[in-house]
Amino acid sequence: MSADGDAERARRFREAALPHLDDVYTLARYLTRNAADAEDAVQECYLRALRHFDSYRGPAMKPWLLAILRNVCKVEFARRTSQPMPAEPKEDEQAADELQPWQEPQLSPEAELLRRCDGETIRRLVAALPEPFREAVVLRDINDLSYRDIAEVVGVPVGTVMSRLARARSMLRARWNVEEGSAT
Amino acid sequence: MNCSEAEVLIHALLDGELDAGHARDVEAHLATCPACSAKFAALRAMRQAIVAAELKDSAPAHLRARIEAALPAPPARAPAAAAAGYNPWRFNRRFFVGGFALGTALSGAIAATLVLGVLRDDQQQRITGEVVSAHLRSLQPGHLTDVETSDQHTVKPWFNGKLDVAPPVIDLTAQGFTLIGGRLDDINGETVAAIVYRRRNHVINLFVAESLGAKHQDTAAETRHGFNVRHWTEGGLDFWAVSDINADELDEFCRKLRPALQPPPPRS
Repeated sequence: MSADGDAERARRFREAALPHLDDVYTLARYLTRNAADAEDAVQECYLRALRHFDSYRGPAMKPWLLAILRNVCKVEFARRTSQPMPAEPKEDEQAADELQPWQEPQLSPEAELLRRCDGETIRRLVAALPEPFREAVVLRDINDLSYRDIAEVVGVPVGTVMSRLARARSMLRARWNVEEGSAT
Repeated sequence: MNCSEAEVLIHALLDGELDAGHARDVEAHLATCPACSAKFAALRAMRQAIVAAELKDSAPAHLRARIEAALPAPPARAPAAAAAGYNPWRFNRRFFVGGFALGTALSGAIAATLVLGVLRDDQQQRITGEVVSAHLRSLQPGHLTDVETSDQHTVKPWFNGKLDVAPPVIDLTAQGFTLIGGRLDDINGETVAAIVYRRRNHVINLFVAESLGAKHQDTAAETRHGFNVRHWTEGGLDFWAVSDINADELDEFCRKLRPALQPPPPRS
């Protein structure tokens, strides 16, 4: 391929892929929990995406990039045995099951508390969710992907996406209430 | 619906992912179940709080610069003149250092429009190819029509129930284009209506579907493998006309057809 062809391809890639940089970086931050690793992962993601851009068949660029980013992160974490990804922490799942009846708060005070919860607290609570629930919440509520796109990115059926999201939000809600309970 | 069925579905309701039927079922359950209804309200408040917290991070400027530096430089020739002078990324690095967030949002919007332009053209190119292939297929013996009649009142109802849309079937016999029938065809993986006309011994296929990549109201002209192609969008439907008749005659066909597609004025 000519130099012009390469450059033209790079231009199309730039226009298609760079607008999603913030989304890719955000997912990387939540998956790696570390700014430096996130930056390396994002850069690797874009380099891989450029390499495979010829086989990209659209139409949605964002989920495609996020799927690549996710693979980069998973492989990287599998390699670093010293720093394993908290895979399936059973206790967390158990603990995060439905709220106990005595914890079930009245509607309006809880909604009130949720409103008062500041951005930093919310960020910390989301970041503290175990995988794969953290990923589900980030892809849905922050990256704003549809269930179908999330299913493609994560490589699971849509039904699994739905149950993970339900579980993730129950956990989040439980921790949120604990947080507010200890604060007041 | 009981509470355990609703447990997962209320999230899909919250996310706007349920079809109308299921949404109604879940809402009906919420209306009768205070516990699920309170849970739904709390989840909704939580989701609003997450959205309001704006948890999306902005990629640091040095990361953006690193990634850009790793890409081959844009070409410095004609179509790229726009890219070089107008490159949103370069623009925002040089001039929007102070207001970086704003620059990013702006350039993102500009880039998104550019991407749309690219994708749309790609799609139209592909559909032009498919339309011409479908036209060629239709000329094989026995493939031209599923319903063969010059009566528009026979062709139009024949499509009923076979498609999601009711394609307009216009008789142009008096204008020199004989309606000879209709069939179902397949373009871009979608089932479309093909309405078939004849001009002397040339066939014109008019493909009609809800969404077939024709983006403009003005008739657009293309030629592929010696076939003339015209496409436009009107009243929520996309139209593609293809034939081996000469360009002037196909334009004439479109000029005569298009006014007849307009819905009749409301009776007073």
